[in-house]
Amino acid sequence: MDYFLQQFINGLTLGGVYALVALGYTMVYGIIQLINFAHGEIFAAGGYMGVILLSFLAAHGLMETSPWLCLGLSMVLSMGYCAMLAMAVEKIAYKPLRHSSRLSVLLSALGMSIFLQNGLMLTQGVYDKAYPIGFTSGGFDIGTLHINYMQVIILGLTTALLLALNTLVYKTRIGKAMRATAQDKVMSALVGINSNRVIAVTFAIGAALAAAAGIMVGLYYGSVRYDMGFVPGIKAFAAAVLGGIGNITGAMIGGLIIGMVEIMAAAYIPHGGEYKDVFAFVILILVLYFMPTGIMGENVDDTRV
Amino acid sequence: MTRESRKFWLTLVIGLVWFLLLLWPLLGIKDDGTLTFAPAFAVWIRVAVTVIILACIYFAKQQGWLDPVLHPAAKAAGEVQKALLAPPLWIYVILGAAFAFAFPWLFSRYAQDIAVSVLIYITLGLGLNVVVGLCGLLDLGYIAFYGVGAYTYALLSLHYGLSFWLSLPVAATFAAIAGCIIGYPTLRMRGDYLAIVTLGFGEIIRIVLNNWMSLTNGPNGLLGIDAPAVLVPNFTHGFTLELFFMKKLQYLYYIALALAVVAIIAVRRLNFSRIGRAWEAIREDETAAELMGVNTFRFKLLAYAMGAVFGGLAGAFFSARMRFVSPESFTFIESALVLSMVVLGGMGSIPGIMLGAFALIALPEFFREFELYRMLAFGGAMTLMMLFRPAGLIPAKRMGKRSDDED
Repeated sequence: MDYFLQQFINGLTLGGVYALVALGYTMVYGIIQLINFAHGEIFAAGGYMGVILLSFLAAHGLMETSPWLCLGLSMVLSMGYCAMLAMAVEKIAYKPLRHSSRLSVLLSALGMSIFLQNGLMLTQGVYDKAYPIGFTSGGFDIGTLHINYMQVIILGLTTALLLALNTLVYKTRIGKAMRATAQDKVMSALVGINSNRVIAVTFAIGAALAAAAGIMVGLYYGSVRYDMGFVPGIKAFAAAVLGGIGNITGAMIGGLIIGMVEIMAAAYIPHGGEYKDVFAFVILILVLYFMPTGIMGENVDDTRV
Repeated sequence: MTRESRKFWLTLVIGLVWFLLLLWPLLGIKDDGTLTFAPAFAVWIRVAVTVIILACIYFAKQQGWLDPVLHPAAKAAGEVQKALLAPPLWIYVILGAAFAFAFPWLFSRYAQDIAVSVLIYITLGLGLNVVVGLCGLLDLGYIAFYGVGAYTYALLSLHYGLSFWLSLPVAATFAAIAGCIIGYPTLRMRGDYLAIVTLGFGEIIRIVLNNWMSLTNGPNGLLGIDAPAVLVPNFTHGFTLELFFMKKLQYLYYIALALAVVAIIAVRRLNFSRIGRAWEAIREDETAAELMGVNTFRFKLLAYAMGAVFGGLAGAFFSARMRFVSPESFTFIESALVLSMVVLGGMGSIPGIMLGAFALIALPEFFREFELYRMLAFGGAMTLMMLFRPAGLIPAKRMGKRSDDED
């Protein structure tokens, strides 16, 4: 039972991260029906910005005096950076193609993903880059259960970001504009919503969430790598599809399910650890085969396939 | 300056500043706590100058300032094209075939090595072209079939000593079966979902190859695969037939050439057959095709299987050439490479794919000092291609727009 609870916490942690990345996919898909392939790379860029900023702060000795402040600062800056990056990607690779075939947009996204990944490799090197500090060492025990600080950070921050996103989407003007654009682009443009701006903001928000996830994953595993975005990107997409793409609540649930399945499979199935990456793909295929609109239902206009 | 032109330059300047802001943190913030500007600025200034020059040319063209130069140039190009098209096509085909046949005598070992790679990729590109170019099913896991073919021959050769020639059809069959296995559950999906699911399948096959230690020896790969062999008569002791292993690159070149030629002829014949027309109908409008009596289920499955056959053949040749296989060779990036070949050259167009394979495999060899930037350039080229020439360098003659693409 303790073992199970421990794995449960691990699954929750991992699932929270997938959920954050999945939100970026789901929001973008909800509005412009595009799989933003470059999203995984933005997640990686977020992780890298975390390393760069934390190393910089650590070199100035700020890390010992106020680690939480440093973490907060680098997280905010990295989220801002990734938002800018995503807006640039959107402007270059997606905006000019808004009215061309979906195959073109998908290929353009794929090109952007390869471009960004190699850009990261060229500027940061091919080897793993280690985080200067980890929050994984400390922690507290509940009975025999051990929860480290990193898991607390991930769970706490994920919840906070999800609540913030929920407020943004359902309580603010821009959120209303986003929902309206997702429902009917032409109609919302007619009532005076600047759809280009809404799309840019959506990309920026999704990227900021991915950047936060990138830093947390980097801290959790202690290092980042230029190609770290690919597999989590696909898994997060699987999470978004599982929950019903375009559906924000669905993406969170989907992320938690994927994270949980992965951890449980690694813990309980023989050789499960070696094949852990397969499970997300298998879930993706099964969901698309049996429930093409996901668990929570697809939240995009149903004239599309 | 008109309003539009002012907007054009303003956007450009904002873009460049934005790019500097994105570039600087990556190059300028160091682990030891220093801030530097020189490396980021050095990269930035090169990009900025290139972009401004390109923008000037584009702007001048938009404004019509280049017309006096471009008009005669376009006219001359048109005349050259007309002159080139005057002799019948078979003359070019014969010239091309003669050149391809004489290639190993004309060029060095190094050039032959590249040529073999280009030929394998032409075969792969043509196989993927059946799926993507003709049938319009975006497949991001195509390299899995290449892997299936490669491992089939590797295992048959290692465990049963089966010859390359017997293994070729087996590898093709296994790849076709894999194609059907992947194709069957994905047939109900379209567009984006299909792309991501095929990607998932490709990854699954790679992970299985990587972890099934008892069969594939995992990440270490399989060593000691036989080269293709032929029986040659030997007259030293009367008349005997001896096994002769074609290990020399020259012989491998001819096998690769034969595979590529078979692929070219087969894909061409398929394209102009009833099956090819049905695929094109599915590509243009699946619903309409189905209403007109095309069995979309069977034809889409067939497209997957046919595409996979070429992947399998190329894979078997790959393991015979390298005499070594490991899962490293079948990553997603290889799929993306073959796909960008098809896209860059022109989907559905055979000369286009040959050009694409040449551009992506042979050209980087001439710029070896820029080796590191190769994938960066691929990515960039893929995006730019979609922006400026979505149909590719040599577009297929018959290409339409899917009805569900309409916005």
